[in-house]
Amino acid sequence: MSASGFGHDNFFELLGLTAQFNIDLSTLETNYRAVQSASHPDRFVTASNAEKIQSMQTATHANEAYLTLKNPANRAKYCLALQGIDAVAETNTKMPHDFLMQQMEWREALEDAKQAKNINALESLLAEMQLDAKTLQLSLVDYLDINKDTIAATDATRKLIFIDKVCADILKAIEHLET
Amino acid sequence: MALLQISEPGQSAAPHQHKLAVGIDLGTTNSLVATVRSGLAGVLVDDDGHALLPSVVRYMADGSIDVGYEAQAAQSLDPANTIVSAKRFMGRGLKDVDVSLQPYHFVDSGQVHNKELLEIETRAGIKSPVEISAEILKTLKHRAEKSLGGELVGAVITVPAYFDDAQRQATKDAARLAGINVLRLLNEPTAAAVAYGLDNGVEGTYVIYDLGGGTFDVSILKLSKGVFEVLATNGDSALGGDDFDRRIFCWILEQSQCKPVNAQDTRLLLTKAREAKEWLTDHASAQITSMLSTGELVNVTLSTKQFNELTQTLVTKTLGPIKKALRDAALCIDDIKGVVMVGGATRMPQIRLSVADYFKQAPLTNLDPDKVVALGAAIQANTLAGNRSENDLLLLDVIPLSLGLETMGGLVEKVIPRNSTLPIARAQEFTTFKDGQTAMSIHVLQGERELVTDCRSLAKFELRGIPPMVAGAARIRVTFTVDADGLLSVSARETSTNIEANIVVKPSYGLSEEQLLSMLKSGFESAETDKNARMLNEAIVDATGLIASIEAALQQDGGLLNAQEKQKITSQIDALQANINAGDGDAIKNATEALNVATEDFAAKRMDASVSRALTGKSLENLDL
Repeated sequence: MSASGFGHDNFFELLGLTAQFNIDLSTLETNYRAVQSASHPDRFVTASNAEKIQSMQTATHANEAYLTLKNPANRAKYCLALQGIDAVAETNTKMPHDFLMQQMEWREALEDAKQAKNINALESLLAEMQLDAKTLQLSLVDYLDINKDTIAATDATRKLIFIDKVCADILKAIEHLET
Repeated sequence: MALLQISEPGQSAAPHQHKLAVGIDLGTTNSLVATVRSGLAGVLVDDDGHALLPSVVRYMADGSIDVGYEAQAAQSLDPANTIVSAKRFMGRGLKDVDVSLQPYHFVDSGQVHNKELLEIETRAGIKSPVEISAEILKTLKHRAEKSLGGELVGAVITVPAYFDDAQRQATKDAARLAGINVLRLLNEPTAAAVAYGLDNGVEGTYVIYDLGGGTFDVSILKLSKGVFEVLATNGDSALGGDDFDRRIFCWILEQSQCKPVNAQDTRLLLTKAREAKEWLTDHASAQITSMLSTGELVNVTLSTKQFNELTQTLVTKTLGPIKKALRDAALCIDDIKGVVMVGGATRMPQIRLSVADYFKQAPLTNLDPDKVVALGAAIQANTLAGNRSENDLLLLDVIPLSLGLETMGGLVEKVIPRNSTLPIARAQEFTTFKDGQTAMSIHVLQGERELVTDCRSLAKFELRGIPPMVAGAARIRVTFTVDADGLLSVSARETSTNIEANIVVKPSYGLSEEQLLSMLKSGFESAETDKNARMLNEAIVDATGLIASIEAALQQDGGLLNAQEKQKITSQIDALQANINAGDGDAIKNATEALNVATEDFAAKRMDASVSRALTGKSLENLDL
């Protein structure tokens, strides 16, 4: 979907950022708000249909861009996609053995805490995983922006995506226990 | 003496003319209309000075319709024809509603219209909640036009943030029946945040706790430099002040050991219950005395303590959505700068105490909880109509409930997660199951649960005209778009052949386009010539509006076009103008469409320039195209 005639299709370009993994989140937010301010459908309620359609497309695109770049896993995946690499392609199943073990441990810990209805255990598991996510994000700056090691970057991105998924499941379990 | 207004040479005065736009709070119990005059938002009152319009509609024996206080006064006398709280039935089917405490003759029009739709039989015929709500909207529109002295260009109508697609669509349909141009459907807590935030010039993260007559919403917003960004919203679209009345009603029956009472007495005792609830806000106990139609005397005293015990579970029920919203926004209680109380039901002391206890801070109650939503809607209507010259107010709202699709085994696959910022579009690819398959059916649902049966069915789509291929070869890309009103639309395309698939929509709830049109038609009992004149007039208004907006755009950004591109647009303007002068409605419509098409590239260039300007700190010199 083309948002405009001048190649603002690229999320980084649309939000006025240099295309790299390490971005300043407050600049992202400021720029996102500026773009929404210029393109949101509320600004075009009395405009022509052509301008309304344009507004809808650009505002939708800006939301998608913001959502993608705000989340580190999605941002890393997007950085790789710009280089023609699909980090989650079905053919891309390589995952180091130790991380597979780690995955199983996390899943087991999640199941145990769910069974025991232990919210504290769920929360400490969440904190532990979020710490691991932070470490991965730091190494992604190195892999993606500095050393351009796409193989290591793909690996770290896949780990980050996995951690995101388990974290979402933990939050769901906490919500379920609380209600 | 009024001073004459003279416009800048070469500029028409028209774009600066104040446009009449209002905000309407279509509430469960009461409705209001407000507007911005001389920069100040204010509620418009009726001839008797009342700001509130009770959301009560009575169908009279002589065929007329009463709306408001008179209808409210008659509700115990004529319960079956006097509809209160119609909002609770908007976009709902019979099985969604607890009919046991309702004095109405409900009709399950499912068999008639082949879908879930609740209607009420009155002496004026079978009425849908949409038609009943339209009567309330008509009354408010009339009040506004009388008080402002002109025709409205449009209105912002508020809806509970937790309203699903069917309930939103029903609200928009009601406005259409009432002849109101909807500028935007606005979430009630967001409207309240606008009124509160602008009034107090606050920045930071705020919670809006909105307990109305029939709905509960909680929204968390980040307020910063005129941008109101909803981070998360949650709620219960079937929990409100009405439920507190019902708890008292049941308690009265239990205490006075009455047999199940008839519709008239039910209405009477519910009214008494509401009065007792309101009385207990400032008093320690309330006496409830009433003579029933059977001759039985009801005389009971309800203490604050008893009332609190009776309604404890309802109060606690509001804390669940708060916790969920905080978690979705990834925030904790310490991050919240203030809690704004909205809705008449937040006057109840037990609500305020429970909120204070949960957030560890006293809630903000310095606004009139009945009016704040309408005032916020008025401010937004004023902005949308283009009256506010500075572009400094922006609302970024979210979709309250996830949208998903039915997959194998009756499971729901989420396509758009809840709390996604609007507008949003997501595409999903499907393929065929059998060789030569040319049609498929898609079921769209809204809700958070995993099973189809636990979610709300929004619509079933049938995709037809898929080119016949071997199983699994077709690639059907279905795009779901949710606009700034929170309303869903769907389009589909077979991507390998680029054939647009034909979509037949069967909304699970609500009115079909045909039903709406027939209701609109029966509204205008005018002759065919009147209708044609009306159509021509509308076409001319649309066309001249379009020409004015394009001429203004050319004046502002004409530099983005070369002489040839400019020529292409101006020749279409001339053609449209010629058709307007000739007065042929169909030709005007066609030429309007042609002008719209001719300006597509220009609109794209303008958007791009505008985005670049916004990013480079509004400095044209830095434009980097």
